[in-house]
Amino acid sequence: MTLLEIKDLKVHYPIKGGFFNTVKDHVKAVDGVSINIPEGTTYGLVGESGSGKTTTGKAVMGLNHITAGDILFDGRKLNASGKKVDVRDDIQMIFQDPYSSLNARKRVLDIVAEPIRNYHRKPKGELTEEVLDLLDRVGLPRDALYKYPHEFSGGQRQRIGVARAIALNPKLIIADEPVSALDVSVQAQVLNFMQEIQKDMNLTMMFIAHDLGVVRHMCQHIGIMYQGRLVEEGTAEDIFSNPQHIYTKRLIAAIPDTNVDKIERNLEVRQTVKTEYDQNFSESLDDEGRAFPLQSISETHRVALPVKG
Amino acid sequence: MLMSDKLLEVNDLTTSFKIKGEYYPAVDHVSFSIKPNEVLALVGESGSGKSATAFSLMGLHTKARITGEVQFMEKELTSLGTGRMNKIRGGDMAMIFQDPMTALNPLMKIRQQITETLKLHGKKSKNERESYAVELLDRVGIPRPERVAEAFPHELSGGMRQRVVIAIAIANRPKLLIADEPTTALDVTIQAQILDLIRELQNDLGSGVLLITHDLGVVAEMADRVAVMYAGQVVEIAPVRELFKNPQHPYTRSLLNSLPSEDMLGSRLHVIEGVVPPLDKMDRTGCRFAPRIPWVPEEEHEDNPELREISEGHFVRCTCYKNFHLNNDGDAAASVEAARETFSGGRA
Repeated sequence: MTLLEIKDLKVHYPIKGGFFNTVKDHVKAVDGVSINIPEGTTYGLVGESGSGKTTTGKAVMGLNHITAGDILFDGRKLNASGKKVDVRDDIQMIFQDPYSSLNARKRVLDIVAEPIRNYHRKPKGELTEEVLDLLDRVGLPRDALYKYPHEFSGGQRQRIGVARAIALNPKLIIADEPVSALDVSVQAQVLNFMQEIQKDMNLTMMFIAHDLGVVRHMCQHIGIMYQGRLVEEGTAEDIFSNPQHIYTKRLIAAIPDTNVDKIERNLEVRQTVKTEYDQNFSESLDDEGRAFPLQSISETHRVALPVKG
Repeated sequence: MLMSDKLLEVNDLTTSFKIKGEYYPAVDHVSFSIKPNEVLALVGESGSGKSATAFSLMGLHTKARITGEVQFMEKELTSLGTGRMNKIRGGDMAMIFQDPMTALNPLMKIRQQITETLKLHGKKSKNERESYAVELLDRVGIPRPERVAEAFPHELSGGMRQRVVIAIAIANRPKLLIADEPTTALDVTIQAQILDLIRELQNDLGSGVLLITHDLGVVAEMADRVAVMYAGQVVEIAPVRELFKNPQHPYTRSLLNSLPSEDMLGSRLHVIEGVVPPLDKMDRTGCRFAPRIPWVPEEEHEDNPELREISEGHFVRCTCYKNFHLNNDGDAAASVEAARETFSGGRA
């Protein structure tokens, strides 16, 4: 069952200028993205900086103005004009940088309890119990309750961020580069633990990242974004074993591999892909330099290919 | 071995920082050497002392207490004053910094930033310097170099800025290039281009490179030899193939196993228990990695672990590697329990 459905989402920012400060043009940060995320699965949104992946995530959170398109959560339209559907407690976000996403002047208790306080009135004792439960769940000790964020390491802070995100029993979590600020060993800790929580709570996740290795490990479905549009979408298997779009091929070829036996071959592959990319990349885009609409090439696999004709 | 086939030789380098009136070594008796045309990678987590090592070599830690020897092109660097050090850094020894957003001066045009270092080290005339700056920009693969030379840093993308930082570093044809996380702030495709560029320049100039990174994929692709650092010490040093094929030290093996890779799909990643202890709380006797592999019995460790050569060019610290096995039972409760213990232990 589809939990989140994004239909032809567009987020454009006006560029103003001239004498009367009129709108001259638009930056098309997201330009026609459609994504379906089935309940209980993780969808990886991959792209380079500026490709619009974070903007897409924020649009779902309601943190961005939406220019056009629909976002349906559990069948309900989130951006309907007039009456707004309140699903804020069902959708939560985990942020990239555990150093700046926690208020340095609040205790862990207040940080984690804040979303609960926003939605429910609860006696103090009950609230503290609930926060302790959450801390337990993310593997932090009980005495963390009255400490401040600076007293924790990066991995522990990201756990606090996760505790806050799951405090309201959300159905959907948007994780925006949750591990890119962490060392590999800490990254492993956080990834393992996000998978556990997901299984326990039957969470649906949108995992925004630029590290393809991490995305492959975490996600069942992957979408590759380029300049505000999806260029390819499919299962992790489709994307990694059978990439079709030249941009996807290039991204995959660029990942450095730790297998020392494959290095020579990887460098060769990267070179061939680069040559192909330099020659054909402009052909794989439309006149405005954007990706073509996606076409299905198998049941799960869709690629932005030029319209034949 | 003759002195002359070593470009850089570091012996017992110790860099201590002052915390509440006491000095604590962040780099603790580190020794390694780099030959011309060789890439040595320095790997480790944050807090392992890899950047502190690089900054000490460049003489950029002015407030720290530095002991040990740094022989660079047969000169002893640790005893040099600022004036003579300034002649070397940016000249024969240059550094590529991690963050291209902050490494450049936002108020200076790119041309000025490059000619500045040429002026300090070269004897070229003003005109020559200006045209050489454009040549350098062209060399690092910047399109329309004349225009970029007149631009300010904020007008360039991250990848372009990093190319400018590299252009500045290679301006005086350095014999040793220190690259501190040169691609961490960049997207993968740009990373691949920048690494290509560093490799190419290094071959052209025949320079030695000290590459500091935490990305093991980058290490596998770029390095000739690898030194793994943990808590201020080198715990393993080996040629790159040997290190990835036959890693020995528990820390190296744990690190390699915590990477998400093709074979790890669908399984739990290996987690190293606990955290790197803070400088002022570190136990400096015995094996420093011991607290993070608590299932290894005490007698497996040495009292005073040293780096020992176990095969040609492959050095490992401590004896605990001999019977080491990863504790990868995939038990969630255990990892949560461990996190809790470290937490209360480390902060007590």
